[in-house]
Amino acid sequence: MQPVLSLRGISKSFPGVKALSGVQLDLYPGQVTALVGENGAGKSTIVKVLTGIYQPDEGTISVNGAETRFPTAEAAAAAGVTAIHQETVLFDELSVAENIWLGHAPRSRFGLIDWKAMREGARKLLTSIGADLDPDLKLRDLGIASKHLVAIARALSIDARVVIMDEPTASLSHKEIHELYELVDKLKSQGKAILFISHKFDEIFRIADRYTVFRDGAFVGEGRVSEVTESDLVRLMVGRSVDQIFPARAHNIGDEVLTVAGYNHPTEFADIGFTLRQGEILGFYGLVGAGRSEVMQALFGMTRPSKGAMRLDGQVRVVRSADEAIAAGIVYVPEDRGRQGAVKGLPIFQNVTLPSLPATSRNGFLRLAEEFRLTRHYTQRLDLRAAALDQDVGLLSGGNQQKVVIAKWLATKPRVIILDEPTKGIDIGSKAAVHEFMAELAAEGLAVIMVSSEIPEVLGMSDRVIVMREGRIVAEYSGDAMTPENLVRAAAGLETAA
Amino acid sequence: MSLLKNREALLALAILVLLGLVTTRFAGFVAPSNLALVFNDTAPLMILAIGQMIVILTKCIDLSVAANLALTGMVSALLNGMGVPLVIILPAAILLGAALGAVNGLLVWKVGIPSIVVTLGTMTIFRGIIFLITNGKWVNAHEMTEGFKALPRAMLLGLPVMSWIAIAVILLATLALGRTALGRAFYAVGGNPHAAVYTGIDVGRTQAAAFVISGALAGLTGYLWVARYAVAYVDIAGGFELDVVAACVIGGVSIAGGAGSVAGAVLGAIFLGVIKNALPVVNISPFWQMAISGSAIILAVAFNAVQSRPKGRIILKSAEAR
Repeated sequence: MQPVLSLRGISKSFPGVKALSGVQLDLYPGQVTALVGENGAGKSTIVKVLTGIYQPDEGTISVNGAETRFPTAEAAAAAGVTAIHQETVLFDELSVAENIWLGHAPRSRFGLIDWKAMREGARKLLTSIGADLDPDLKLRDLGIASKHLVAIARALSIDARVVIMDEPTASLSHKEIHELYELVDKLKSQGKAILFISHKFDEIFRIADRYTVFRDGAFVGEGRVSEVTESDLVRLMVGRSVDQIFPARAHNIGDEVLTVAGYNHPTEFADIGFTLRQGEILGFYGLVGAGRSEVMQALFGMTRPSKGAMRLDGQVRVVRSADEAIAAGIVYVPEDRGRQGAVKGLPIFQNVTLPSLPATSRNGFLRLAEEFRLTRHYTQRLDLRAAALDQDVGLLSGGNQQKVVIAKWLATKPRVIILDEPTKGIDIGSKAAVHEFMAELAAEGLAVIMVSSEIPEVLGMSDRVIVMREGRIVAEYSGDAMTPENLVRAAAGLETAA
Repeated sequence: MSLLKNREALLALAILVLLGLVTTRFAGFVAPSNLALVFNDTAPLMILAIGQMIVILTKCIDLSVAANLALTGMVSALLNGMGVPLVIILPAAILLGAALGAVNGLLVWKVGIPSIVVTLGTMTIFRGIIFLITNGKWVNAHEMTEGFKALPRAMLLGLPVMSWIAIAVILLATLALGRTALGRAFYAVGGNPHAAVYTGIDVGRTQAAAFVISGALAGLTGYLWVARYAVAYVDIAGGFELDVVAACVIGGVSIAGGAGSVAGAVLGAIFLGVIKNALPVVNISPFWQMAISGSAIILAVAFNAVQSRPKGRIILKSAEAR
């Protein structure tokens, strides 16, 4: 059988990062191909290449055997490639019919939009996928599952031949997931080629015909799902050559600093309990959406757990807000550096001293000299590259911005530092610096929690690893049990080897 | 920072060019005594623009400043009529203004209503209250004591007290914004509210504090205005809130929050003050004045937009944005 869409030797680089190197991917009509890989394997990048958002640096794209290019998103859509994203990109304030037909609405004789044809067409498309939705409903009144249906109807309205589903079940309920499976079967029977991106092994084995595995931006294998086992796939995903060097660690683990017991939240997490010791790096691994960041935000006082207790140095502490957490000695370096980290427009030193202003003031007035001293001290330790300390943070590179954010927290002299995806999206050089610094912090007796979705980082840096899945702690590993296979299996909800 | 300084220097230059142009038609305009008059005439606008700037820094806007001014001005005039001494009236006006600002601030902070909606509402309510307490009657010059009217005009070292008060507000605001934790918080909250939250800053409380400051300055201006013009009625300073916002925008205060300076707001106010005072003496119709102020606003915003456009490294930025 000839693939409807075929990629060969696709490479794509960003400054400092090679996102894809020479990958291949084939999609066949009437078949579901599962694209499998860890976070950072290049799945999102390939989707963007397929939908014309990124241009590959090298490689070819063939549709039905004929080589082509997707210079724009429109070109990809015209070739019949459409993507249904995790958070569906639709318009909340428009009706179902308008969402389906936006950009290619049927026209009346005078070039005006033919509302009647639009509604009827929408109804017909929705019926064909078994969705009983009123085309006049506003999209914002629909649930996520129904929005997916609208997105799929839209895909059909442009006569898509290739449908990309990027973690479509991530936010669906059990029943909705089953309806989605039926829909996928229906699309298969209509001869569509489907690319299904998922972290969940049960659904890969339930609906996929073929698989393709990426690892670190490279193609590592493909085949028929019926011919592999879960273990084979896990091995393909994680088996790697050691290409990242992690700093040597002195494991001087001291007394318990933080004890969390019975933390519950109505929607985000349940039964969270763990201990953290001085000088320890505790890794938190899990799939995106496993509730790791939510737990950390609760520890930091941003969200209130409904139940549970926290002890810091043996004392019960109630942390109701971020400034109370900072005062107690807990700091949280958030994941999204752009949104939650640096204040662009403010100079470096003002960013660094922002949570330490009471300490740098005297009689209610800030002392600039003290602010500069504090900033110089911590930015030098982090090897920050900046022209001057009163330079706007927004002008620094991503890695250097991250260093400013870390310096800001160190300046508060914390006991516990929580780093949420500390190296996400920064170049390799800056990554190594952050890792080295983390090791230094632990060596100085700080207790470090590192939330990370990158297995090498988790394994390379942590003394212990806690794995979370769907809001709960499902496993804890240390020593020889800290293997890539164990982490992936626990996070995906597979049985783990004892 | 240097960029910001630059644009303030540019605005100062624009004011000088404007003065130069006026001089070609009417040389007397740049006489020191006349410039002092222009400065004094612009004092209320400067004081209000500083308050407004702080509010805009926090990503909010205060449309109720002129109504606040009118209400506190009227209350000051009524207190004066009841024989209350000036040493009590002045603090009372500032406190009342701060309280009115606190109403705005609490609605923004605790109820979470967008500030433009809150202050659009309170702006009408404040003027309504003036009507309720006066039945629409005016308080005229002959109903005010001489001392009440004299303070803003009293001369001190060659300048009227009103000018000195504006200078004091400028200095205090510069100090507070540059050298206190609250001042730093205003910038942080507007620059990146998400990040501010993580550093332990309460965004809502900081915004409320900005409204209280803006209200207090409006209260202060309320007394100065009524005493200087020696009249108080429902509609004084009608529409003045737009001049205040315009002064901020011309002064380079970013409507998106997080960027702006006292110097910018003051220069923006002076720019408008020069236009207002100079154009009549060179026989340009008031309609041209409006057109010129309007153009200045658009020019200032366009200048801002061009300046803040990211330079270089756009590929990396878009890749990071995913």
